[in-house]
Amino acid sequence: MPLFREPEGSAGVAIRATLKRDLVLMMRRRSEVLNPLVFFALVITLFPIGISPDPELLAAIAPGLLWVAALLAALLSLDSLFRSDYDDGSLEQLLLSPQPLPALALAKVAVHWLLTGLPLALMAPLLGIMLSLPAGSYAVLALSLALGSASLSLIGAIGAALTVGLSRGGVLLSLLVLPLYIPVLIFGAGAVQAAILGDGVSAHLAILGALLAVALSLAPWAIAASLRISING
Amino acid sequence: MAFDSLSAFLAMGGHGVYVWAAWGVTGLLLVGTVIHARAERRALLRDLRRRARRAQHHGASSDVATSVSHQEGHARES
Amino acid sequence: MWAFIHKLGSPKWFYAISARLQPWFWVAAAVLIVIGSAWGLAFAPADYQQGNSFRIIYVHVPAAFLAQSIFVSMAVAGFIFMVWKIKVADMAAAMMAPLGAAMTFVALFSGAVWGVPTWGTWWMWDARLTSMLILLFLYFGVIALRGAFTSRDSASRAASVLAMVGVINIPIIKYSVDWWYTLHQPATFSVTSRPAMPMEMWAPLLIMVLGFYSFFIALTLMRTRSEILRREANKRWVRELAGEVS
Repeated sequence: MPLFREPEGSAGVAIRATLKRDLVLMMRRRSEVLNPLVFFALVITLFPIGISPDPELLAAIAPGLLWVAALLAALLSLDSLFRSDYDDGSLEQLLLSPQPLPALALAKVAVHWLLTGLPLALMAPLLGIMLSLPAGSYAVLALSLALGSASLSLIGAIGAALTVGLSRGGVLLSLLVLPLYIPVLIFGAGAVQAAILGDGVSAHLAILGALLAVALSLAPWAIAASLRISING
Repeated sequence: MAFDSLSAFLAMGGHGVYVWAAWGVTGLLLVGTVIHARAERRALLRDLRRRARRAQHHGASSDVATSVSHQEGHARES
Repeated sequence: MWAFIHKLGSPKWFYAISARLQPWFWVAAAVLIVIGSAWGLAFAPADYQQGNSFRIIYVHVPAAFLAQSIFVSMAVAGFIFMVWKIKVADMAAAMMAPLGAAMTFVALFSGAVWGVPTWGTWWMWDARLTSMLILLFLYFGVIALRGAFTSRDSASRAASVLAMVGVINIPIIKYSVDWWYTLHQPATFSVTSRPAMPMEMWAPLLIMVLGFYSFFIALTLMRTRSEILRREANKRWVRELAGEVS
């Protein structure tokens, strides 16, 4: 009879524990949740000042502006995704645990999306009003951002995992991740554009969903491999 | 032959600047990479040779020393 | 088969076999590029629409092909390194990255120069040029990531992972950029998508493409040999080799 037996459904327990722990930790560091949102609002404020307050002009470029600004805000929050866990050693514990690392990494990314991607998506319509985004595209804007930012979090986590062991990984992280963001940006901003023009948006949203499915099926393994590289030096 | 004279060839029907700029940069980069690769190889070989010479000059004693320490290490392991 | 792969994976054996292969690829590259250049520059007929500026195709397209192929080769080498721990694959991947970035730059530069007589501007957000620009950033990312690590093993593995992630993304990026381009600029003239080219136009192109590929193989063999000497400088066979040379 073995002395230690794995408790039933231990992987599920571990994933739920990781989710809960990360959620609690992030809620304690409220500024880290708020900073991307403030950044998003700030960048959107810069554009009318820098370009022109003309509502017609702003309406024409609003879908792209909102998407690019949200993308940059999501990028800004990536560096902290694994950083504090790396610094206090709990990332190492995560690697040593007998549970599948891709699943645990996925749980961490899910929390990241829940606390950055989703709030950004919910906040975007508000900023859309400020850019006089044409009516009828607000729901699509929020939905495309919610769908797209999940892919952004997954892809970005690969970059964050690769650079977490480096002392100055921030700029490098954006260099690695931004080119990979381009397909999501194209279809996300395209969905809002299509909604404004009155075309069907289901094709765009379907492609965003397909991108998310691909990211969901491949990224966790890449994140896990990258974390192993960063930890085992 | 698509051209009547050398000057026509160089002019490229008025597009000479563009054609020669694109070809020139390509050629420079190809030649440059080869020169770089050769320089890299030569520098490495020079470095290796210098190391070999250093090992030969005052290498005899140190070689013995390292081999002895190796043997000690093996003895300890076994 | 496995014995062969592992033998090929041993740096010493690779060093010996590549010494024999390398001259052939250099000769092939030189002959093909010289013939292709002469044919493309002087003998191929001028294009009825673009005149002689179309001769840029003979450097633009081979460079663009090579730029993409090198990224794929880098990812394949990274995969081989990650799965079978064959160090020579990683050395080759490290050595081909700068050439890939250089070829991407050549494709971008020649495309931009070509744009002046065809579009009347240096830069258009043409689908092919945009994809190439993104590819250049992907190359920079891989090169920068490899340089950022202090431990060589971590650097190799991180660069391998990033190259594999990148290579999965390249087709997605390419298709989304193509889609984006047709949406925004439906009716512009694309420089390289053309109806069937006559034989005397595409034959030199084919020769140039083959010449560029030979050049890539020859240069990668040569630089991988240098990298072997650099990384294995303390190995006995390298020291003996250096002793023989001096």
